[in-house]
Amino acid sequence: MNVEFMLNGRKVSALIEADDSLYTVLRALGMYSVKCGCETTNCGLCTVHMDGKAVLSCSVPAARCAGHEITTLEGMQDEAKLLGSCLAGEGAEQCGFCAPGMMMNVFALAKENPHATDDEIDAFLAGNLCRCSGYVSQRRAVKKYLSIKAGEVCV
Amino acid sequence: MAKYKNYVLARSIEEAYELNQKKSSVIVAGNMWLRMCGMNKQTAVDLSLLGLDRIEKTQDGFVVGAMTTLRALETDTALNDAFGSVFARALAPIVGTQFRSTATVGGSVYSRFGFSDVSALLLALDAEVVLHQRGVVKLSEYQLEAWDRDIITHIRIPGGQRASVQSVRVSGTDIPTLVCAAAKSEKGIRIVLGARPARAVIAADGLKLVDAQNIHIIEEIAGRTAFGTNLRAGEAYRRRIAPVLMARAVKGCMECEAKEAAEDEC
Repeated sequence: MNVEFMLNGRKVSALIEADDSLYTVLRALGMYSVKCGCETTNCGLCTVHMDGKAVLSCSVPAARCAGHEITTLEGMQDEAKLLGSCLAGEGAEQCGFCAPGMMMNVFALAKENPHATDDEIDAFLAGNLCRCSGYVSQRRAVKKYLSIKAGEVCV
Repeated sequence: MAKYKNYVLARSIEEAYELNQKKSSVIVAGNMWLRMCGMNKQTAVDLSLLGLDRIEKTQDGFVVGAMTTLRALETDTALNDAFGSVFARALAPIVGTQFRSTATVGGSVYSRFGFSDVSALLLALDAEVVLHQRGVVKLSEYQLEAWDRDIITHIRIPGGQRASVQSVRVSGTDIPTLVCAAAKSEKGIRIVLGARPARAVIAADGLKLVDAQNIHIIEEIAGRTAFGTNLRAGEAYRRRIAPVLMARAVKGCMECEAKEAAEDEC
């Protein structure tokens, strides 16, 4: 079957199987920031935005995406540059494998709660597992990113 | 992984119901657990275009569409104002925000997951299930039935209640080892135990406040409830912690009521 949707602001059409997940289709379309970690909806690695909301692309049926707007990290490069510099500055990444999913969820947090507290950041990002950072440095980086976005801190 | 030959985005609930009468069909709600069950089906029927994702306030309480996400329940201001933020508190520990942005209330209720925080809370709130063919059924009855081919369209939640949910988890975002939901209405206090690990059950109903606050009575109620063993905990452990969660849930209801009374005075 054929499915059409908006991908990073551009209309795309893809030939899919009935049981394909959004993740599979995005990878086939060259969106390599979207990675598959656990495939059991626990790790957050495959996070993308569907109509502006963070979802796990491994569990979204591709056929359901018809007419919807999908955004991956490839479509948020300016934001990614800023958040990436915060993560690097705070030593918040080591292997970087979890970064694309975590960053997409941070963008969703910034939109929903731009002045999030430490507890709110922890709660919002609870579905993004990281085996390197211990999360403390990630939280620092996210706070710094939110502060810059709010104009409280200069880059 | 679940395998489908056809994927149909149903245009009406009637179409979805007709398609779902075949054993080779399956309804796709949030697709969180369904896709992992390794089933082979001819047709997957998607309900996402049917407008079943709304939360509406009515005179008697709330009507929640079956395709409403757990995240929508968690963040809906009117719903949380009416029930002392119990949905926000009870659903927040479920996996992560992205998971809750896709998992649906209908999927949770239909599946009768033993580990479901959602079912335990809705059962405590005496919710009703609206089925396309059969009409309105009490969740307390629906919860005990076998899976059938009818489709949940809405969940009705009666208003005028205060509720609290307490749970124990091996780690923060894990499914619960034991969950207890308590709700206080004009009929008394209802206590539900879930993740026993079997389906959630009503451990006590119509309990007077003085009894619900008596730890001996709470222990006796827990003693009458069946618990089991799975990888997360043993039967004895669950039996031991159940009265603690029950007492905390009752206390949570009372605190919620006291807080609202204080706010009303202000």
